Amino acid sequence: MADTMIEADGLVKSYGETRALAGVSFSAPAGSVLGLLGPNGAGKTTAVRILTTLARPDAGRARVAGLDVLAHPAAVRRQIGVAAQDATLDGLLTGRQNLTLVGELSGLRTGSARARAAELLELFELADAADRVVKGYSGGMRRRLDLAASLLTRPPVLFLDEPTTGLDPVSRQRVWEVIRELIGSGVTLLLTTQYLDEADALADRIVVVNHGQVIADGTPRELKERSRSAHVEVTLAGPGPEAAEVIAPLVDGRVSVSADGLRLGAAVDSAPGLATALVRALDQAGMLVDTIEVRQPSLDDVFFALTGPAGPGEGATERPGDRVRA
Amino acid sequence: MTPAVAPRPPGAAGIRLVTHGVAERVRNTVSMARRNLLHISREPTQLSDVTIQPVLLTVLFVYLFGGAIPIPSGSYTDFILPGLLALNLTTSTMGTAVGLATDLHEGMIERFRVLPMWRPAVLVGRSLADLLTDCLCALVVAVTGLAVGWRTSAGPLAIIAGFALVLFFTYSLSWVTACVGLSSKSPESAASFGLIVLFPLAFVSNAMVPTQHMPGWLRTVADWNPVSAVTAAARQLWHNPNPSASIGAWPMQHPIEASLAWSALILAVAAPLASRYFRRRTTE
Repeated sequence: MADTMIEADGLVKSYGETRALAGVSFSAPAGSVLGLLGPNGAGKTTAVRILTTLARPDAGRARVAGLDVLAHPAAVRRQIGVAAQDATLDGLLTGRQNLTLVGELSGLRTGSARARAAELLELFELADAADRVVKGYSGGMRRRLDLAASLLTRPPVLFLDEPTTGLDPVSRQRVWEVIRELIGSGVTLLLTTQYLDEADALADRIVVVNHGQVIADGTPRELKERSRSAHVEVTLAGPGPEAAEVIAPLVDGRVSVSADGLRLGAAVDSAPGLATALVRALDQAGMLVDTIEVRQPSLDDVFFALTGPAGPGEGATERPGDRVRA
Repeated sequence: MTPAVAPRPPGAAGIRLVTHGVAERVRNTVSMARRNLLHISREPTQLSDVTIQPVLLTVLFVYLFGGAIPIPSGSYTDFILPGLLALNLTTSTMGTAVGLATDLHEGMIERFRVLPMWRPAVLVGRSLADLLTDCLCALVVAVTGLAVGWRTSAGPLAIIAGFALVLFFTYSLSWVTACVGLSSKSPESAASFGLIVLFPLAFVSNAMVPTQHMPGWLRTVADWNPVSAVTAAARQLWHNPNPSASIGAWPMQHPIEASLAWSALILAVAAPLASRYFRRRTTE
């Protein structure tokens, strides 16, 4: 048995003019959860497509369960479960029929495929909807059914590509619960996400990808430690157009201002008396401070520090709950 | 941890590098065929091509054109029914193109591609499901024909042989339309391509009218059209009027052999081509 279950080594892949991957390497030991974190278009999905035999890399090597994906794609497919970003289900079949079909096509006999489908429908709280056509499922239900489909043959390696993108907060929590069930079951899991809290909550190890390159790699704690600075957030009692200029000399780098001009945020070197100094400076400039908070870096700060101001794009700053699936 | 999610140990399925035995191939094909039949049961309007259309066309041709087109040796109804069978089945193969294009379009093929299945089952399963609906279509045409006065004096074996020849041709042709579906950008373009190719194929033949009155070049095309061979073969087997029997072109003199040869040739070319298109379409 291979100790490293997922291995990407110098993966390069271009689609026409677009370079999706420019030499990406990472690995995941057996039984671990690897979070592949990055904004839209960072190359996460391309890496997953190569590892799951859907795409061929232009250069580099990929191995899953010790098997080279180019040399033995069919054998690799017997070792993996995949839940793609766009749930790939048959809208005209019922949930039960979908799972049974996937089971049969994965080599299960019809009887055991049906039994396994029933078991997973129960586990994923889809038993009530099992005999309804998938076309009528909500986004969250589809995602759970897709997850169930990826687990049918109990594969030792799982790939979940943005399992919660586009879900409302409740559905997202339920998907998290399911993934937590998987963690520690011995399965090796690769999870891609745009959400730092998700990677933080679920992954043992995080690989940050941007523009087709790995820009950081470590445990969530290591990544947070890498960013030494703390973060300060000030809420003003009333709009203060010059507030950003006033506090700029006291903080590091750019001051972000919310749309209503009331909230300011910036990276700072955590120093004693900092909060007092900020409040005093704003007070002298004639602005009332409602709240001030100095907190240790979140993965968000790390992410912004790593990708730079132009890096993450829209997707990473949005709250997942605000997104509505088209 | 719930036992339902516990993974099997890596490699427990056996690191088999050559993976699919005959039994597994058959099982995968049956699963795929069943899936496609379930689709039809879910959206019965898909069946209108092979149920309502044949009834409409039969009634239309028999009562609208029946009086206007003289058939030298027999009734127009007996002449037109084998032609209507060929027409309806030829155009029904568009369903294969649209179905495959839809699968590609909606990402379902993505799911199949990460499963350890025998991949040609996607194509073979669909072609078999379509063959079943074609059998239904043939039945509808025959029953409608009997209702409007089509008769045959042939024995049961000859009658079955006639249907088998037309269905074999349809099956082969569905591999051509599979190629169309697999190389189309969308289900809509697959459908329009089907119309552009299949209707001329069906109509520039002896299926609807005797070819004797066509202009020279068109008549040559029609006499060598596989649809003409298939139609003439059915007419000959069913003892229905077959004006093409007096035409010198080899396929019209030997319609049974010609239709078998055409079908075998089309299948031999189109089936490998379809799997190549499938592979190309699913490689990135």
